[in-house]
Amino acid sequence: MQTYYDPADLKKFGKIGEFQKEFADKFFAYYGAVFAEGALTAREKSLIALAVSHTVQCPYCIDAYTSDTLEKGCSEQEMMEAVHVAAAIRGGATLVHGVQMMNKAKELSM
Amino acid sequence: MKSLKASGHVLASSAAQLDLIEGDNFGKLGLPSFHEQLGQIGLFPLKPTQIDIFQVNMGKMCNQVCQHCHVDAGPDRKEIMTRETMQQCLDALAQTTIPTVDLTGGAPEMNPDFRWFVTELTKLGRHVIVRCNLTIIVANPKYHDLPEFFRDNNIEVVSSLPFYNADKTDRQRGKGVFADSIRAMKMLNDVGYGVAGTGLILNLVYNPNGAFLPGSQESLKRQFKRVLNDEFNLTFNDLYAITNIPVSRFLDYLLKSGNYDGYMEKLVNAFNPGAAAGVMCRNTISIGWDGQLYDCDFNQMLDLTVASPVAHIRDFNADILNQRAIIVNEHCYACTAGAGSSCGGSTV
Repeated sequence: MQTYYDPADLKKFGKIGEFQKEFADKFFAYYGAVFAEGALTAREKSLIALAVSHTVQCPYCIDAYTSDTLEKGCSEQEMMEAVHVAAAIRGGATLVHGVQMMNKAKELSM
Repeated sequence: MKSLKASGHVLASSAAQLDLIEGDNFGKLGLPSFHEQLGQIGLFPLKPTQIDIFQVNMGKMCNQVCQHCHVDAGPDRKEIMTRETMQQCLDALAQTTIPTVDLTGGAPEMNPDFRWFVTELTKLGRHVIVRCNLTIIVANPKYHDLPEFFRDNNIEVVSSLPFYNADKTDRQRGKGVFADSIRAMKMLNDVGYGVAGTGLILNLVYNPNGAFLPGSQESLKRQFKRVLNDEFNLTFNDLYAITNIPVSRFLDYLLKSGNYDGYMEKLVNAFNPGAAAGVMCRNTISIGWDGQLYDCDFNQMLDLTVASPVAHIRDFNADILNQRAIIVNEHCYACTAGAGSSCGGSTV
C-alpha cells in the first residue's frame, strides 16, 4: 500500500542537498551544533526534540527521537512525560483561546 | 525460562546462527560485508597486536536467563570448566607476562573451583577481573561472602546492570533481578567496592534494552551515578556501554521482533574505522570452558576456534597465536559501531 509517509524516506533525509546543496549543508551543520552538548545536555535536548516531534506530528521525527532518547538512556516514563508536556502545551494553547471566546461571547451578550 | 539449548531451539546450533549471520538474511540487505569494510581501511586480514587480556569463560551455568545473552547461559547449562583446564590456564599464564585475567561465564562464581582458581591467579600476580552478574551474591547463602572474597583477593568486579530502574532491567534479565542487583551492590559497597578511596573497583556494564545502539558512555554514566546515588545511596566507579551482539538469544530476539534488518543496517551504517582499529579481539585471547581458544567470547559462542595451529590452552603459545588472522563475520559490526564496543565499553 502506498502512503504519503514512507519510513524508508527517513534514511534519505541527508540527500535533500541533491536539489540545493548550500542550504542543506548549512542546515545540517546548524542541526548538529544545536544537538551537541551545551548549556543543556544532549540527553535533555533529545527529550525536547521528542516532545516537539509530537507537537509537529512528524512521524519521521517521532521515529528518530524515540530511538535517540532510548539510546541516550532515557526511561520510558521520561519519554512519555515529555510527550505529556507537548500535549499539555497543545491543550493549554487551545483552552487559553477560550478566554477570547468568553470575551467575545460576553461582548455580544446581554 | 529455558536456554535455547534446553528448549531445542534451532539457534542453539552455532551453524544455524552462522547461516543467519552470513547468509541470505544479511545478503538481501545489500550491505557491505565486514571483511570488505576492513579491507577498505587496510585492516583485512585483521591481525592481533599482542595479548593483554586472558579472558576465561568458566562455563555456561548461570542463575539467570537473560533475554539478550550471547552465551545462552542458564541454570540448565551444565558445561563448566574443570580444575584440570584451569590448571592449564595457570600454566599458560605462568609462561607469559599477560597482565590481566578476565573471568566470565555464565556466572563464573557457580563453578565449584572458582575460588581456588582466583586464589591461584592472584598468586601469579595478575590483575583479575570477575564479571559478576550481581544477583549471584544473593542467590544462595553460600555466595553471600563473595564481596569479602573479592576484596581479600583484590579482584576488580565488573557487573551488568542494564538500566537504573526495575522495569527495563527485569524485562531484560528476569523478574526481580533489579531488586536483587541493588541488594548485591549494597553488599559490595559495604565492603568498599565502588567507594572512593578504597581502591576496590566496581564497574557497571550497560547494554541497550532492545534493538538500538548505546548512547554516549559518559552521559549514561552520569545518569546512572545520579539515580543510583539519589534513589538507592549506591556508588560505583565506571560504566561500560556495550553494544548487543547479534548472536544467540539476542539474534533470536531480533528475528522474532522483526528488528533484524533494521538493527544490522544500524550497525553497518555506524561502522567507525577508529573503532575497528581498536577492537578487543586484537589484544585478547578467549578461552572456552573446555580449553578451546577463540578470538573473543562471541566467536566462542559461534564455535569459531582460532585460525592457528595453537587452538587449545594446553598447547598455549603466545608467539604463534600472535601470527594468526582473527576470524571476522557480520556480527563483528557490533564492536565497530559508533564509539565502538568491547568488554571494557566504548573504544573511541
